[in-house]
Amino acid sequence: MKPKSNSFKSGFIDGIPIGLGYLSVSFSFGIQAHAMGIPILWTLLISMTNLTSAGQASGIGIIAAGGSFIEMALTQLIINSRYFLMSLSLSQKLEGGFTLPHRLAASFGITDEVFALASSKNHKLAPKYMYGLLCAPYIGWSLGTFLGAAAGNLLPDMISDALGIALYGMFIEIVVPPMKKNLRLLAVVSLAIAVSCALYYIPIFDFISSGFSIIISTVIASLFGALLFPVQTEDPDDE
Amino acid sequence: MNNYLIYILVMAGVTYLIRMLPLTLVKGKIKSQFIQSFIYYIPYAVLSAMTIPAIFYSTPELLPSVLGLTAAVVTAFFTRSLLGVAMCACAATLIGELIMLLF
Repeated sequence: MKPKSNSFKSGFIDGIPIGLGYLSVSFSFGIQAHAMGIPILWTLLISMTNLTSAGQASGIGIIAAGGSFIEMALTQLIINSRYFLMSLSLSQKLEGGFTLPHRLAASFGITDEVFALASSKNHKLAPKYMYGLLCAPYIGWSLGTFLGAAAGNLLPDMISDALGIALYGMFIEIVVPPMKKNLRLLAVVSLAIAVSCALYYIPIFDFISSGFSIIISTVIASLFGALLFPVQTEDPDDE
Repeated sequence: MNNYLIYILVMAGVTYLIRMLPLTLVKGKIKSQFIQSFIYYIPYAVLSAMTIPAIFYSTPELLPSVLGLTAAVVTAFFTRSLLGVAMCACAATLIGELIMLLF
């Protein structure tokens, strides 16, 4: 029997493919954190409280390098600022029953994939549906992190290095498909890569840490895009 | 030990506020096309900058990560499957590492 479209069950079913994807990606995150010497339980706590791939990947880099708390806050702010737009967009799509406590709770789980799925629905979203949708991704992300951090001890380096690539695979999966139809996006991405490489390879920039390097590359490339190729009003994510 | 806790509180706190504030406070839409455009480009710029050049140093040799990157880009170009892209990237990296064993 098909569950009602706005039910908990319907949301749960929609979230399963995301959860499976997250299981593999967070496994990779767990391995990376283990390789950087972060203890398993702290790694698990990071995943259970953050639920964000790119932010966590840069975060463990900052922790491992002993970066400042300011650097950590700024890096998370820049890297995760995309959620600001996603939340903003989703706020237009919530049904009347979405009261303040529900908004406070559900906003915790907004990720790129959850956002993509939720905004593809052709009905307003009920709290029950959102909670159902968040279940599998949250479990997948936490469980995968734990398994990856634990298995990092057991797996040969060759296997764990190969699995570590999965995290980048997820980034690439988000960036590449929209570039097919959008050459301006390709220009912005190319600039971000060029700046990132320049900061990494040119010796005079050695004093810039990896977190700030990501911030600088992102701000320069996004400003370039906003100045030269402003997107047409409406919701940019709606395509 | 305590440092881990502070790092995680900072990470989780900032990340939660970013997600929570628009959903609870912002009623209307952002009007400035410039800010809209800036925010639109951020995810793509940030993920690209995080991937390159860092991915090249995630394996001891260059070849496996180059193969992994290539496989991920090709799979992402033709499919839209998170799991598929992740698995192809891992498999290609592993093949690269096996090739390196031959030298």
